[in-house]
Amino acid sequence: MARKILTEHINIPGIESFDVYRQQGGYTAVEKAIKTMTPEEVVEEAKKSGVRGRGGAGFPMGMKWGFLAKPEGVPRYLVCNADESEPGTFKDHHLMKSIPHLLIEGMIISSFALGANKSFIYVRGELMYVIRILEKAIEEAKAKGFLGKNILGSGYDLELIVQPGGGAYICGEETALLESLEGKRGNPRNKPPFPAVKGLYQSPTVVNNVESISNMPWIINNGGDAYAAIGIGRSTGTKLISASGHIQKPGVYEIELGLSVDEFLNSDEYCGGIRKGHYLKALVAGGSSVPILPANLITKTANGEDRLMSYESLSDGGFATGTMLGSGGFIVFDETACIVRNTWNFSRFYHHESCGQCSPCREGTGWMEKVLHRIEHGHGSMHDIDLLVDISKKIEGNTICPLGDAAAWPVASAIRHFRDEFMWHITNPLEASQPGAVYQGEMALV
Amino acid sequence: MTEIPNLVAFTPERLEKVKEIIARYPEGRQKSALLPVLHVAQEQWGWLSSEVMDYVAGILSIEPVEVYEVATFYTMYHLDPVGKHVIEYCRTGPCCLMGGEDVYGHLKQKLGIGAGETTSDGLFTLKEVECLAACGWGPVFQIREKYYMNLTNDRIDEIIEELSK
Ligand SMILES: NC(=O)C1=CN([C@@H]2O[C@H](COP(=O)(O)OP(=O)(O)OC[C@H]3O[C@@H](n4cnc5c(N)ncnc54)[C@H](O)[C@@H]3O)[C@@H](O)[C@H]2O)C=CC1
Ligand SMILES: Cc1cc2nc3c(=O)[nH]c(=O)nc-3n(C[C@H](O)[C@H](O)[C@H](O)COP(=O)(O)O)c2cc1C
Ligand code: SF4
Ligand code: FES
Repeated sequence: MARKILTEHINIPGIESFDVYRQQGGYTAVEKAIKTMTPEEVVEEAKKSGVRGRGGAGFPMGMKWGFLAKPEGVPRYLVCNADESEPGTFKDHHLMKSIPHLLIEGMIISSFALGANKSFIYVRGELMYVIRILEKAIEEAKAKGFLGKNILGSGYDLELIVQPGGGAYICGEETALLESLEGKRGNPRNKPPFPAVKGLYQSPTVVNNVESISNMPWIINNGGDAYAAIGIGRSTGTKLISASGHIQKPGVYEIELGLSVDEFLNSDEYCGGIRKGHYLKALVAGGSSVPILPANLITKTANGEDRLMSYESLSDGGFATGTMLGSGGFIVFDETACIVRNTWNFSRFYHHESCGQCSPCREGTGWMEKVLHRIEHGHGSMHDIDLLVDISKKIEGNTICPLGDAAAWPVASAIRHFRDEFMWHITNPLEASQPGAVYQGEMALV
Repeated sequence: MTEIPNLVAFTPERLEKVKEIIARYPEGRQKSALLPVLHVAQEQWGWLSSEVMDYVAGILSIEPVEVYEVATFYTMYHLDPVGKHVIEYCRTGPCCLMGGEDVYGHLKQKLGIGAGETTSDGLFTLKEVECLAACGWGPVFQIREKYYMNLTNDRIDEIIEELSK
């Protein structure tokens, strides 16, 4: 059995309550950190662990904490990003609803490390029932002296606030999230300055994902070095993977980074293989915004090496033959899935979610959606394929935030690997636009 | 046009809750309370009329336009009256892979309405939304705070029957 850092206790009945969580060793890491360590020592353990941001960008957490500006007399903030809206991603939802005290404990340790006295958990508004679970957990922790004034008699004060969003994917982008938390529209800010220098209320702020912060109790109990010993290379520790689509057992799985994609996809401990009677066609490994891979590049890289679940191995081959680990949204497609239809669906999503500030993103996403809609519905022309590639290139890198790239990559990669399928839609419009119609031809390899 | 501005007021319990929300932000940052307070308002009135938005602006001492800006940006706020049960179903890729399109087709047929419409008895409104962070348990819809997952035609029939009582 693989080691579990986040989900070891997740199935214990009553684990959502303070008492059961405590019986399982919960809050000992808060005691250890606050009573026996300095904030700098906690930051040091985070650095040693090598844990990388689990929101998708993979930026080392300890390094980010080290960048936090500390001007005299200015408050500092920690904001937990629980906006989870990337299609295919549902791990933070699972973690917070099942074992809320893990995040609360991580927030206390991380806030202590950063010197924050008011910290926020920004949860997407749709998860109001999860917000109520978190608020209840906070009340319990407060009643036991782990939150509020003078925590465990240390003189350290911390207030935790759970903030609901209003329904907007873009508010997962950290600067849009901060705008939203200030009561405004979620328009991303230009970076730099990074939040670590100018964040919430123009004060130094660290934004971290739910899963990133939830690793801290284990890291404090066992040490950053022990964490770094798990995983492979610069992909240390474990990762929650949200698995969906045409597999036997969709769900959230905790894996040790470095597990082979083949084992994750096919072993009974995880996805359990493709659903019966069907075969693998394509995979989106890290949430809708990362490049899609065709079957021949999923379990092996272009060099014929085993593809592993790690930041490095998934991106092996760059955009030509690789993809990204991203947020760990593992979406599996069998041969019944229409790539054109799915690409159109994702394009529609990004167009709907563009905040509209930059014209390449606002106009480009709309244009791509329209062209894909016409190809899918039997009105496309060959010229449209090149047009899509051209639009995606014009968006990429020309916008304030990476939503533009996130919209461009799925389209560019789908055309790169499944051009024949797009062509089939254009040359066989009547057949292709029937409900459920799927290209049956040979897949072009790479 | 009926003028009802002076009828717009939070119930005493909700007003208490709103005051608690406002008090949790740092001094001078009460605008941070806007999104949560709009959720409380929508809980009370079902949707956000301009009277309600003006009232919220007054409570937070901000300009009404600051409230309109926010209410129109985020998808969860209803700017028009809605039915008693708003069914928000996920139309994004992974849910469609799990059979979403067929199941939602059944839902629309059963209620006799399309996305964005309300049944004539005012009981149900259908709204298309994007990924609800439950993709592995799709197809999914949400009614108020409750998630309904792994939807099938039969399950939908049961839910609608239950809510029609
Ligand atoms: N979990 C989800 O639902 C979603 C996740 N994503 C992921 O988000 C990623 C993009 O996120 P971004 O925040 O734009 O990436 P980024 O690379 O700009 O930043 C990553 C983190 O490191 C920090 N950082 C980077 N350089 C820094 C410096 N010099 N000083 C201080 N802090 C620094 C940033 O503030 C941020 O917190 C994508 O790779 C995608 O996978 C995208 C959509 C949804
Ligand atoms: C469009 C967009 C949406 C994002 N959505 C999320 C999200 O829902 N959750 C998240 O943790 N990070 C999301 N991110 C990444 C954040 O900007 C940021 O990198 C992350 O919260 C930092 O935390 P981490 O270092 O712990 O991953 C998003 C980024 C972009 C560009
Ligand atoms: S890239 Fe798109 S979402 Fe990001 S700031 Fe520009 S318009 Fe808004
Ligand atoms: S795609 Fe429907 S919940 Fe994610």
